[in-house]
Amino acid sequence: MIDIGLGHYLTLGAVIFSIGIIGIFLNRKNIIVILMSIELILLAVNINLVSFSMYLGDLSGQVFTLFILTVAAAEAAIGLAIIVVYFRNSGTIRVEEIDKLKG
Amino acid sequence: MIAHAIFFYVFSIIAVVSAIMVTASKNTVHSVFFLILDFISISCLFIMIGAEFLGMIMLIVYVGAVAVLFLFVVMMLNVAQQKNQWFISKDSSKHIPIGLLISIIIFFELIIVIGGWKYKPELFNSENQNIINSVSNTHSLGQVLYTDYIHIFQISGMILLVAMIGAIVLTFRQREGVKKQSYIKQISRERAEGVEVLEVASNKGVKIDD
Repeated sequence: MIDIGLGHYLTLGAVIFSIGIIGIFLNRKNIIVILMSIELILLAVNINLVSFSMYLGDLSGQVFTLFILTVAAAEAAIGLAIIVVYFRNSGTIRVEEIDKLKG
Repeated sequence: MIAHAIFFYVFSIIAVVSAIMVTASKNTVHSVFFLILDFISISCLFIMIGAEFLGMIMLIVYVGAVAVLFLFVVMMLNVAQQKNQWFISKDSSKHIPIGLLISIIIFFELIIVIGGWKYKPELFNSENQNIINSVSNTHSLGQVLYTDYIHIFQISGMILLVAMIGAIVLTFRQREGVKKQSYIKQISRERAEGVEVLEVASNKGVKIDD
């Protein structure tokens, strides 16, 4: 318990990853919370990459974490823009009311 | 060692609790704030483990940009106060068992993978051991980022550019009746179209159409 190793960080990453997936499945309020859950999942992946990088002594993990940060920022910007446009057109972003593709 | 353990448990408990609150909070503004708390505690963990540059970049990018963007959109769309219908509405309650089941299965799969993790003995002796203790973390990241990974670095810049253009194109709206200044029109105006000499009849005045 006292000796913090790689397994502790990986477990933390797994817990946050699972919480993100629960957030995607159980959310009924609005799409923005789903986007935030996706950010949580990316964060868990970042934790795994950084802890492996520090424990294996290889910098590639941190470099790729930097690129994941870039892609996450781009994804958040595009996703929020799409949500704004959808809200402007249909007046709601509740998850259960977005069913236009259902036919 | 004990301080390391105490700090790890404090920050990770804060991170896990705030991650739960992100998904469970009734008010969307509150969940954005819990997301910020989550990012801050994870970046403290990064700094503690020795990746200072990534911890600081995480604070700047996530807390400074992404979370503020989320907050801005939540407040602009006016969806902050909505009823939490996790366990109330009949339609939504049939998603809950499947969602919980899938999440628990994924969690236990990850735990099984981590629990069975064994280092390959030759992994530490291989060529990729490029963390040097004499220079700082930022220095060594810069040494590989601008040499070995320069193409990926450029591509990530292009991704950011495309995302920026896409967001602007998606949300741009041309409004009717908004007056704009046109520099080209102003500069290319000449005397012939700007000035007109009129014969003014006495006691009648002139009509200026504008």
